[in-house]
Parts: sequence; C-alpha cells; structure tokens
Amino acid sequence: MAHRQPQLDLSPKVSDEVRKTTCYMCACRCGINVHLKDGKVAYIEGNRDHPVNKGVLCAKGSAGIMQVNAPSRLKAPLKRVGPRGSGQFEEISWEEALDLAVSWLEPLRQSAPEKLAFFTGRDQSQSFTSFWAQNFGTPNYAAHGGFCSVNMAAAGIYTMGGAFWEFGQPDWDHTKLFMLFGVAEDHDSNPIKMGIGKIKARGARVIGVNPIRTGYNAVADDWVGITPGTDGLFILSLIHTLMKAGKIDLTYLSQFTNAPCLVNADPESDEHGLLLRDDAGKLLVIDRTTGKPTPFDQKGVRPDLGATHEVDGVAHRTVFQHMAERYLSPEYAPEAVAERCGIPATRIRAIAGEIARVAFDEAISLDTEWTDFRGETHKTMTGRPVSFHSMRGISAHANGFQTCRALHVLQIILGTVEVPGGFRFKPPYPKPPEAHPKPHCGVTPGKPLNGPHLGFVHGPQDLALKDDGSPARIDKAFSWENPMSAHGMMHMVISNAHAGDPYKIDTLFMYMANMSWNSSMNTRSVMDMLTDKDENGDYVIPRIIYSDAYSSEMVAYADLILPDTTYLERHDCISLLDRPICEADAAADAIRWPVIEPDRDVRGFQTVLIQLANKMGLPGFTDDTGAAKYTDYADYIVNHERKPGIGPLSGWRGDGDEFGRGAKNSEQLDRYIENGGFWVGHIPDGAQYYKPWNADYQDWAVQMGLYDSPQPYLFNLWSEPLRRFQLAAEGKGDRQPPDHLRARIREKLDPLPIWYDPAPDNHGEEFPITALTQRPMAMYHSWGSQNAWLRQLHGHNPLYLPTKLMRDNGLSDGDWARVTSPHGEITVPVMEMAALNENTVWTWNAIGKRKGAWALSEDAPEATKGFLLNHLIHELLPPKGDGLRWANSDPVTGQAAWFDLKVRIEKAQAPDESKPAFAPIKSPVGTGPKELKWKVGK
Amino acid sequence: MTQLPETTTRKLGLVIDLDTCVGCHACVVSCKGWNTENYGAPLSDQEAYGADPSGTFLNRVHSYEVQPDDGAAQLIHFPKSCLHCEDAPCVTVCPTGASYKRTEDGIVLVNERDCIGCGLCAWACPYGAREMDAAEKVMKKCTLCVDRIYNENLPEVDRVPACVRTCPAGARHFGDLGDPDSDVSKLVEERGGMDLMPEMGTKPVNKYLPPRPKDRIEDQIDILAPLLAPVAEEPKGFMAWLDKALEKI
Amino acid sequence: MHPARSVILFTTLSGLGFGLLFWLGIGLPKATGWIAFVFFVIAYALAVGGLLASTFHLGHPERAIKAFSQWRSSWLSREGVCAVAALVVMAIYGAGLVFLGERWAILGWIGAALSVGTVFTTSMIYAQLKTVPRWNLTLTPFLFLTLSIAGGALMAGEVSWALTLLPVAAAFQVAYWITGDTALRRSGTTLASATGLGDVGQVRAFEPPHTGPNYLMKEFMFVVGRKHAVKLRIFAFALGYAAPILLLTVPFGHWEAALAVVCHLGGVYVSRWLFFAQAEHVVGLYYGKR
Ligand SMILES: Nc1nc2c(c(=O)[nH]1)N[C@H]1C(S)=C(S)[C@@H](COP(=O)(O)OP(=O)(O)OC[C@H]3O[C@@H](n4cnc5c(=O)[nH]c(N)nc54)[C@H](O)[C@@H]3O)O[C@H]1N2
Ligand SMILES: Nc1nc2c(c(=O)[nH]1)N[C@H]1C(S)=C(S)[C@@H](COP(=O)(O)OP(=O)(O)OC[C@H]3O[C@@H](n4cnc5c(=O)[nH]c(N)nc54)[C@H](O)[C@@H]3O)O[C@H]1N2
Ligand code: SF4
Ligand code: SF4
Ligand code: SF4
Ligand code: SF4
Ligand code: SF4
Ligand SMILES: [Mo]
Repeated sequence: MAHRQPQLDLSPKVSDEVRKTTCYMCACRCGINVHLKDGKVAYIEGNRDHPVNKGVLCAKGSAGIMQVNAPSRLKAPLKRVGPRGSGQFEEISWEEALDLAVSWLEPLRQSAPEKLAFFTGRDQSQSFTSFWAQNFGTPNYAAHGGFCSVNMAAAGIYTMGGAFWEFGQPDWDHTKLFMLFGVAEDHDSNPIKMGIGKIKARGARVIGVNPIRTGYNAVADDWVGITPGTDGLFILSLIHTLMKAGKIDLTYLSQFTNAPCLVNADPESDEHGLLLRDDAGKLLVIDRTTGKPTPFDQKGVRPDLGATHEVDGVAHRTVFQHMAERYLSPEYAPEAVAERCGIPATRIRAIAGEIARVAFDEAISLDTEWTDFRGETHKTMTGRPVSFHSMRGISAHANGFQTCRALHVLQIILGTVEVPGGFRFKPPYPKPPEAHPKPHCGVTPGKPLNGPHLGFVHGPQDLALKDDGSPARIDKAFSWENPMSAHGMMHMVISNAHAGDPYKIDTLFMYMANMSWNSSMNTRSVMDMLTDKDENGDYVIPRIIYSDAYSSEMVAYADLILPDTTYLERHDCISLLDRPICEADAAADAIRWPVIEPDRDVRGFQTVLIQLANKMGLPGFTDDTGAAKYTDYADYIVNHERKPGIGPLSGWRGDGDEFGRGAKNSEQLDRYIENGGFWVGHIPDGAQYYKPWNADYQDWAVQMGLYDSPQPYLFNLWSEPLRRFQLAAEGKGDRQPPDHLRARIREKLDPLPIWYDPAPDNHGEEFPITALTQRPMAMYHSWGSQNAWLRQLHGHNPLYLPTKLMRDNGLSDGDWARVTSPHGEITVPVMEMAALNENTVWTWNAIGKRKGAWALSEDAPEATKGFLLNHLIHELLPPKGDGLRWANSDPVTGQAAWFDLKVRIEKAQAPDESKPAFAPIKSPVGTGPKELKWKVGK
Repeated sequence: MTQLPETTTRKLGLVIDLDTCVGCHACVVSCKGWNTENYGAPLSDQEAYGADPSGTFLNRVHSYEVQPDDGAAQLIHFPKSCLHCEDAPCVTVCPTGASYKRTEDGIVLVNERDCIGCGLCAWACPYGAREMDAAEKVMKKCTLCVDRIYNENLPEVDRVPACVRTCPAGARHFGDLGDPDSDVSKLVEERGGMDLMPEMGTKPVNKYLPPRPKDRIEDQIDILAPLLAPVAEEPKGFMAWLDKALEKI
Repeated sequence: MHPARSVILFTTLSGLGFGLLFWLGIGLPKATGWIAFVFFVIAYALAVGGLLASTFHLGHPERAIKAFSQWRSSWLSREGVCAVAALVVMAIYGAGLVFLGERWAILGWIGAALSVGTVFTTSMIYAQLKTVPRWNLTLTPFLFLTLSIAGGALMAGEVSWALTLLPVAAAFQVAYWITGDTALRRSGTTLASATGLGDVGQVRAFEPPHTGPNYLMKEFMFVVGRKHAVKLRIFAFALGYAAPILLLTVPFGHWEAALAVVCHLGGVYVSRWLFFAQAEHVVGLYYGKR
C-alpha cells in the first residue's frame, strides 16, 4: 500500500509582531526577539544581530515568558499591617506610597542624610541609582558587588586596569589554550558558552580548575580538582616554574608593565617601597641604551628589567628583581605546594609546560600595524594564544584579592593580556586605576554628597573615614578593616545597622536584593535583626522600604513595598556608564522598553525613584525653580547628561549621526528600537589589541567619550596603593590604622601577590571539609523557582558528597546528613558525586525557599527539601580569643568569603523536611494555578 | 501510514556533541517554548507551582558520571530527544496511524487528531523520546521543528530547530544525515559519531559525537620537559638566572 | 513498568473470557439454551469487560475506532480487529446455540480460532517490545495462551482439561519468571550501550534531567522490592495454579468449582500485576533506574 501521510502546514504564522529588547533573566543582558500574538508574549528567542548573544539564548532567557506571567508578581504598592516578617500587608495607591516614602525620607535629607541607607542588588542601573543617592546626600549607597566578586573587579583594575567579570574576555577566535578558574556560570553566561564552543570546535584545549567537575569543567579537556582556597598557591607555583625556565615575555614586561620600575629601597624614606618618579611625577625606568633613569613613556626608551639604581648610597632595584626573588623561591616549587593544593607536582609542571609551549611555540602574529604610546610603530601584533578566565571560585575567599592578583600577574608575565589569542578588555576598559573616581563621604544636610560614593582608593588619604578615624559609611567600606572595598559591603549593612555600629540609621531602602534569605550570610539572624525591637518596643531598624517585582522572602520584612514591573514592561538602559555589554572589538549599549503593558498597578522602579526625587525636589533631578527635569526613566535616559555630550546612551546622539559624544536626541529611543534595542560601535582595526598602549585605541576612546584625553599606562605588577597602606601600618604618614589592624595590613596588603590559607580562621582543623555552592545554569538565584518551567529542572537541591565521604559516613543517595559549621547546623539530603575534590561538598545555590514565598504552595519541594548553605555562613569569623570579631571578608576589599565555609558531616535520621525549617510567611499574592496550558495563539 | 516508508528522500536529524555540551538546558527550554506555542497541543505542566511539579518536555538533558579505569571521574551532559529512527518501532506499533514517518525527510511525527493516547508508542521507544501530555492526553514528541525548518514566515537562517538555534555552546547540529556530503555527515565521520542502543535495531538518524579523551596533560610531560629546563642551574642562584633570563631580550 | 490497573484487569479478564469462548467455540461443554446463555454471558462479560477496562487507559477513548486501521503493522490494531471478529462470530454462533439450539460447528471453530488469536495478539503487544526484555520472549505468548486456555477450561467446567492444562500453564509461568529475571541482562542493553559512553569507563547516572517526575518515570520506572516480588510470586503460584488444581482433585461440587475459578482469577491477577510491575523498560537505564 502506498505510504499516506497527513498534509501539514509547514509555514504556520509565527507571530503578529516581533519586538526586540534585552533579556533580564540574568545580568548577561542578551538581545531577545519577543514574538507577540494578540498583544501577548508567545515566544522568546535570541536576537541574531545582538553583540552579546548573537542569536543564542540560555534556558532562563527562553523561560522569560513564564517569568512575565508568574503568579508571584506583586500587584500594587503594599503597606505593612501585621508585624514585620509576617507578610501581612494592605494594598495602597501609588500616591499614598510615594507620599509615605517622602514623609520618611525628606526629614532625613534635611537633617541627617546618612540615616538613609540605600542599597541595591544586581540591577543594571547603578549609575542612575547612585546618582539618586548622591543627590539625596547619603554616603550610604552601594550595590551588591561587595558580596559578589569585588575581589575580581578590584584586583583586575588595580593590576591591569580592567577585570574579567564581564569587563573583558578571552580572544575566543584565536586562543589555543583556555584555562578557567573557579567558574560555574558567571555573568557572561552565553558568551562563555559560545566561546567554549568555538574553542572546542577548533579542538583547542580547555583546562578547568575547580573542585567540582560540572558544566564548563565537565567539558574541560583537563580537570584540576583543586583544594578550595589554594588557587593562589597553585598559580604562584606556575609562575615559579615559568620564571625558572625563562618562559616569560620579557619584552612585554619591559615595555608595558611596571616590572622595570624602580622600587624605593630606603627604609627611612616616606616612600619606601613605592616606585621612583621624576619631578613631574612620572615613573622612572633605566634605559638600557643610555643606562640613565628615564621617564617610562619616552620615545625609544628601552626599560632595563635588571637595572639597579643607586641614589644617596641606596641601591634601588626593579620590580622585576623583587618578583624574581620572591617567586623563584623553592617555597613555590610544584613539589612544595602539591599536597596543599591537592594537585600532583607532575601535573603542575605539565600545565606550566603546556602554557609555555602554547604561549611561546605557538605564538601567532597578526599583520596589523600599530603605534604605541611612545610613538613607536610595530609592524605586527604578536599573539600568545593562552587565555584565562576566572570568577567567584577564586575571588569569594578571604585570600581572593591576592589570588586574583596572582592570576593577573601570571597572565602578564606570559604577555597574554590585550594580545591576539589572549585576554582582551571590553570598552570602557582598559582604564588606568587612577582614572576611576575615589570614594566620597562628605555629607551636608539638604545638599548632595560631595562626589560619587564608590571608587578606587590609592592610599590612606582616600579612605572614607570621619574626623575621629571611625568609618563614615554604615557598611564600613573604605575603612581600615577593608580599605580597598571598591564596591561597598552590602553584606554588612543590616548587621551594622542593627548594632548601631558605626552609627544608627533610620531608613533602610533596598532594591532587588533578597536580603532576608539567599543573599545574606547568617540568614536566621538577619531575619531576627530585621524584626528586633528596642526597649521602647520600636524596631531597631526603624523603617524599611523595599522594591521587588515578585513575592520574595524579603518582601515580608519591609514596611513599604514599591512593586516593580517585569523586564518586558519597562524602560531600562544598559549604559557604558554602568556595567556595559561591550565586546572586545566594539563598544555597545542597549535598552529595554515596554514591549507589553503591565496588567497590574506596578511601576518601573527607576521611574519611581524619579518621582520620589521630584517630590523631594532633589538637586540633579530638578532645576533652579524646583521644576522636574525628568518625568520618568525614559525621559532621563534620553535627556540626562553626565558631562556635556555624554549621557546614558552612546548611540544616535545629536541629530542621530553622532556616537559616544553628542547632544541629546529626543528620538534616541526610537532609533534604538528600530535597531533591535541596541547600539554597537566598532573599534577600528588597528586599535583592536594592545589597547592600553595603542595610540589609535586611545584616540578612539577619547572620541567616544570614554575618557577626555589619552590615558596610556603600565600594568601594575607592583601595586603601589597596597604598599601605601602597608607604609601606614609601618607607622609612616599621618593617617594611621588602629593598632589591632597594623599587623594584618602589613601582612595582607603586600604589593606583590601572596598566598595565605584562610582555613585556620575558619577552624579548618575541626571542620575539615569545604562546603561550596554553584549557580545552576538554568536558574537565576532565587527567581527561577517561581518559573513553572525552570523549577522542574531544579526543584530541590541535594548536597553532593564525594564518594569517599559517602563511604566514610555510611551514606547512600537519598540519605540525610547533618552538616555543622563553626556557626550552625543544617540537616539535608545527600547524593554521591565522584567527579569532586575529596574534601569538598557542594549544592546548587539559592534553590531552598521559605514557605509562603514566590506564590508556591507551602509543600513545594523548594521549601521542604531545598535548603541554603547560608545558615552555616556567618558575616563574622568564629572568635579567635583576642576579644575581637573579625569579618568573614577579604582584608583588602571586604569581599564576602562565601567559599571559606568549613564543615563537618554526619549521617542523620531523615527528618520530615530540611532543617532549619521556618514558619510560613503569608503570601501577598496567593498561590499559582495547578495546571498550565500556556498558548496564546489560536 | 503506520507502516514505515521503504526509504525517505532525506534523513533529517540532529548531531549532538557530547564533548561540547555544558548541560545548560537552553535547548530544553527553547524546545518547550516553541512547542508549547506551536505544533499541536501546548506542552502542559501539572502542579506547576505545587508540591510535585511535572510537565511535558520533548528534550531533556541527563548527566552521567563516567569512571575510567584510571584517572578522575568525568561528567557528561547528555541531551536526548527523538532520534527519528529509520526503523522506528514507535511507528509500527501505533494502532491508529497517528504515528508516522515522513517520506520526504524521515521526520517521525504524531498526528494528534488521530492519537487515542494508548501510550504504546512510548512503550516501544527505547529512548524515552515520547511523552503523553497529561492535560491533552495525546502523545507528544520532538517534531524536529517541522514547523520551523520549512517555515517561509521565518528568515532562512532561522529555519532550523529551536534547540539548535538556541544552543549557546554550539553542541547541536542539524542537517541531512542521508547525504554523505552534508556538514553533519562529515562531522559524524570525523568525530566517530555513534548510535544509542544500536542493539535495538532502530537505526537512529540522530548521532552523538563522543567526548574527546580527557585528562591527558601529564602524558605529555616528557615531550614538554625541555620547555621547562631551568634558565640557570641551581648553585649559581638568582643573579645567574637574572643574567641568563635578560640575555633573551 | 507502572502496573496500571485497567491494563492488568483487561488482560486478566479478557484472557479468561476469550479462553472460555475458545472452549465454547469448539463445543465444550456441549451446552445449548439457557445453560449456553449463561456460559456466553459470563464469557462476554469477561471479554468485553476486559476490553472496556482497557479503554479506560486510553487518553481519547472516543477515537478508539481509529485503532482498527493499522492491522498491517500494529499488534494492538490486530488485537482490536481479532477481538471484534471473535466477538461477532461467537455472537452468531452463540445465538444459534441459545435460541435455535443449533451448533454451527464450523463457525464455532472459526470463533475459537479467533478467540485464541485475540489472546495471541494481546500477548504479542508485549512480546514484540524489545524495549522490555522481560516481555520480549517467546515464552510470553505461550504463557498468555496456556493461561487463557487453561483458565477457559476451568471456567467451562472441563475439569480434566483444566487439570491437564493448568500444570502446563504453571510450567510456562515458572519458566517465564526464571527466564524473565535474566532477560534484561541477556538483552545486552546497558547504560553503556544506552549512552555510548562505555568506552570511556564505568557509567553511572548522575543528576536526572529534572528534579520533578515525568511521564516516563511514572509510566516505566516502577520498582518492586525483591522480597515482595518473591512473596508475590509464591502467592500468585499458589492461588493461580496450585489451589485450583487441588480444589479440582478433591471431591467436587459447585462451590469448589467457583472457588477454584476465583482463586485462579486472583492468582492470574497477581501474576499479571507482576508481569507489569517487574518489567524493566530500557529507558529506565537512562535514569539510573529500572
Ligand atoms: N545561571 C545563572 N547565572 C548567573 C547567576 C545565577 O544565579 N544563575 N548569578 C550571577 C551572579 S550574581 C554572579 S556573582 C555570577 C557568579 O558566577 P560564578 O563565579 O561562576 O559563580 P558560582 O556559581 O558561585 O561559581 C563559583 C565556582 O567556583 C568554584 N569554586 C569554589 N571555590 C573554589 C576554589 O577555591 N578554587 C576554584 N578553582 N574554584 C572554586 C565552585 O565550584 C563554582 O564552580 O554568576 C552570575 N550568573
Ligand atoms: N551560599 C551562597 N550565597 C550567596 C552566593 C553564593 O555563592 N553562595 N552568592 C552571592 C551573590 S554573588 C549574589 S549576587 C547574591 C544574589 O542574591 P540576591 O541579590 O538576593 O539575588 P536574587 O535572588 O536574584 O534576588 C533579588 C531580588 O530581586 C527581585 N527581582 C527580580 N526581578 C526584579 C525586577 O525586575 N525588579 C525588582 N525590583 N526586583 C526584581 C527578586 O524577586 C529577588 O527578590 O547571593 C549571594 N548569596
Ligand atoms: S544569559 Fe540567559 S538569562 Fe542571561 S541575559 Fe542572556 S539569555 Fe537572558
Ligand atoms: S543547549 Fe547545547 S550546551 Fe546547553 S544543554 Fe542543550 S545541547 Fe547542551
Ligand atoms: S527515538 Fe523513539 S520516538 Fe523517536 S523515532 Fe526512535 S523510537 Fe520513535
Ligand atoms: S499514543 Fe497515539 S501515537 Fe502513540 S501509539 Fe497510541 S495512538 Fe499511536
Ligand atoms: S528539534 Fe524541535 S522539537 Fe525536537 S528537540 Fe529540538 S526544539 Fe524540540
Ligand atoms: Mo553576584
């Protein structure tokens, strides 16, 4: 019988309309095509033209449709009616909500602006929210970077004027060896996957350094299952091995780094350990041709790495000699570090050998002419096709800053930064550390703060201290405890505010940070602090305002809720002033715009901030007559100027034909929408590499408005800001650290990377196992669980134990274990994993949920089996017996040391649900429907 | 209908690279999204916000731990959807003719209007590629995005399956495996593409590229040793190193 | 496999019903009139009841008619066709017996053949599935057929036939259990062949694709504890075979006969439950389950 088959419509209509905007399901900010049918979202796919994702989309991005229709969306402003933490609210109008907020905020502004602490989560409008806070006048503003990965950002910027994070990327098209340290997912989610895909397609090698072999590390050709917290030691050992074999790029070091600069060796000098400069303040090197000290940037100078320079009988040696002396020491030999790192010495050597082979034997050369900042023209661009990337696995430790520095030093001695095949910056980076603002804390009631809150300090003079030497900021950022806390320290705000240390505040204003749950350390105590009352029966933290789009755990702890829209319902801008979406070969920025209208009484939070500013008449938002400059955020995006000609968006300025710098253009947003929601400006061909020293790049950057004049600089192998703090700790200078911190500053703020073991401070002897979290690629922190599709992927999270620990404790899959840290205990289900460092356990991050949150039913697996490690992590280290409580943070930057968590494990009777269990909170939105059959077309 | 066509003009299918798949589930969700809105009934979800959420998915990503005889255990992410078998047992068992294999491209489909929801085709499929939708009570399976790959309402570049278009790592490839000169056939040839459960005799069209050998870096230590020969031998110490090292500039 | 009650009921009842029809078709017992009527009612109740029960597990029973179309390739379709043919032929044959007292022997033989054929096609639905090695055995149709015919004999009151056939069925049952227990292993399908990763090393299922359950897990991954399985087998054997044989050999009356039938039915039900519950679908390998 002939084969019969039905006639199919092979060309069904896909949608009525496609609207192009930017994804918000994580901070990667991919371009999306939103297909609409009957005005409803029918399907979301990646935008092929978009610089970030070039058409691909991750699981979260594709599931955006379930986020936009999630039953957990807040519906209207809420005012607390029950006790804090109960979740009892009444809906109020926006007028009431704004008036209430102003009635709390305006008196503070007029009397003591610092009594407002305004902290935001991982939103992408930090240049705007900080502008608001600055104009309000409070010094207490930061975003989440301090507990996230400030070590990575700060180490990168102080060392090489740019960082990994999403501020740079490997040269995916040329690299031949890619080494990844401590990354599960990262902010550059899709680009990293695309990059690894490219490398794999070429058959090039990927090495994954991670105690856990999942995701990127699972596809890595070689897995280095390192002992957590020891990457610094491993990297210094690689440096040792490479230096010893002379497999370092001496030309690069002498030309582009401060390796040939001379270190002041005079112990009497106030500049002891700083670099010698000429009278104009220029760094000096010894020219190999003349043998004379010469400013580093002179044409034709040949800096001598091995020079010694005698002044007044004191011989000053180069940074390079200091490095060689330190790192050639046998204490960094592979054999000496192997056991502590959990990596055989032969393996360390093999990796060093492979790095050396690829960097030097497989070097590539692009026939691209370029001229350096000294005015010398080079015929080619030499590429050392070894690249590195890294994130929180090395930075979220108390030794993270120095470990990240060590990694950058490794890249630099290999000459693999800003060269073909190596690591490349994305605009607005590179930028010398000195070009960043410094922190400001000058408060005047009724007036704006004296400058931006956050920035980069270069020595004690830049700290945010009051006259009495006490911290000026509620989070104690930029104080002696963590001088270089470039992103603030959000994880300390609630506990400091509760303790009234360094002072009391009145209103805590937070935005998209689930601080009573997955983003805080010591979660249970944080809930207690938020609900604690003083002897008068008043809340110790008097007022809390919070903006969220969803019914998160944090909502219950606020007095006033300002409900945000979802990402498809508002204007937003992804600005070069912020965390941009550029590529290594292009500047880029983007917008979001309301591709659908909200069906609830919600408002975009940025617009709400503008409305609050207008009601209070905040300078910056109102003109001399008190009239509002901006009606809403869209208006601000188009019409705000940071400096003349520089606004939030770089594309289509002026008459629509200017980019970077140019007058405002009232049609700017329309141009963006026509172009698919983004703008890209390509870096000219000859300016693609060697950017910090490439004259063409510098000129392009000036023209773009990234800086006002060319800013070539040297990489800081030797970090002078660190040394300046050491000098203070040694008693030099007039700003002095408190005595109890001197030794620590001397030891930890070393101008050359060091390694120290964070385990003893965390009672590693008694608690020998490290407990880690990883981000699941398909979930974004806490939000994924409200998404009907994503929560099926990760509805609960076992604790993964290595085979040996399973055996030792008589555990098998599905059993439960009690996990104890110096701070607390949890009881959770376990599963075996063989591809895991044998002293490490881990779980997926932020899957555990509080009952009653996220419109889930109270018996949802997230709430009954899911759990957080956060209960085991304290914001302070366990007591050392010195009468002080030290922060569980990096001593340099204040980065929260999430991954220093040490635990013990024992088998437990299976409880009814994971412990600790918490009482349900009342949901302000109810729960979702039982069944979903989501189809908007007919 | 239920009988298999003797031959098909083309053999469209997927090639999945197990060396590259990072297990991100992007393909899982984009498939869910496309197929919820398109071909046939939406892919429903039960207990969507409740205790035991479950739903219909046409593509799921497993993960396996593999312990080699020596060396560290490996983890392999393993996406799986319908393999569009040449000898598809799911088709021949179907009593209604709802399941069929297209003659022009070999795609195996369910005509939902004819499906009685008996489930037998799912029983016959060794790969777990068919799922009965709990709301609509018809059998759902990967359609190879038959409503995309020929769709004239889509730009030509987008006429590929949703999962392929979205895969960030580029681990999924789509093409005609019946044509030895196609990119996918060449990839299969080069990388030793394999069948799942060949002993079942289903002759899957989809192929899997095996992971490349891992953890071999130490095997190269001998080759690399000269690379790491010290610049200067120990006794002469640091200054000797410095001199030697600097000679190289 | 998930032991769905409707399917177990269907195969148990219809097997017995068609078994009885087989005997009626070949003229044993040689009943006519009212007695024949009672026999036919019982046979039809079982066979049709079973068929109806099987439609409960269909997602769209209203489209069941479509299921007759694919007899060229589908055993399920063939079963439908065969069952209807058997029921129609036997209805005509039965009408002759009941109302006219006529026995159209040829029709009876055709009906009998179709009845056995129905049981055979039912068994082939399972036996054809390579995906369930425990079913994919030559023994499967033999087990179904001997059980059906022996049960039919019991129902038909053909004591001596029943006493001959029940031990035969019992032997097939035991052989089936023994062979079945190693079928998955012998099939050569393993997690290594399922994933193609066997060359790399020992394969173990790590994370499931979703933490939530899905259709496949509910349908195919049912695990009976080993201890339970052994107990249930003993129970099924005792009730389904040993008890009826014993009851038939002791001095015989109507009550004992009825009890023998009930025991047999119960035993077959348990054995059928095990048939499903113990059957491992190879897809379970992908989930690290069986
Ligand atoms: N899908 C998804 N993407 C996200 C997020 C999300 O929630 N979901 N969150 C975003 C945010 S806010 C951030 S900060 C980034 C973070 O992105 P990642 O830095 O990738 O963050 P983590 O998931 O914490 O991964 C840390 C990794 O470091 C490893 N690790 C821990 N300790 C050590 C160590 O001592 N040495 C080494 N070598 N490795 C170690 C862990 O095993 C883990 O793989 O991701 C962003 N992207
Ligand atoms: N154990 C452990 N804990 C960790 C980490 C870890 O690795 N391990 N990582 C830490 C890190 S790096 C980070 S960044 C934090 C992240 O932790 P959080 O900053 O708390 O991140 P989210 O869970 O994403 O929560 C942010 C809140 O934003 C809300 N939200 C989502 N979309 C919108 C919107 O459009 N508008 C508004 N107004 N609100 C919205 C969500 O509903 C949620 O309540 O977690 C930290 N906590
Ligand atoms: S990585 Fe995924 S969630 Fe993040 S922006 Fe891109 S598509 Fe959206
Ligand atoms: S999208 Fe690609 S990388 Fe991600 S799970 Fe699917 S096949 Fe693997
Ligand atoms: S994979 Fe399964 S459903 Fe797909 S054709 Fe093969 S047997 Fe049929
Ligand atoms: S479930 Fe539908 S497609 Fe599958 S065999 Fe039955 S009728 Fe055919
Ligand atoms: S081809 Fe289409 S239907 Fe099949 S798995 Fe991919 S997206 Fe799903
Ligand atoms: Mo973060």
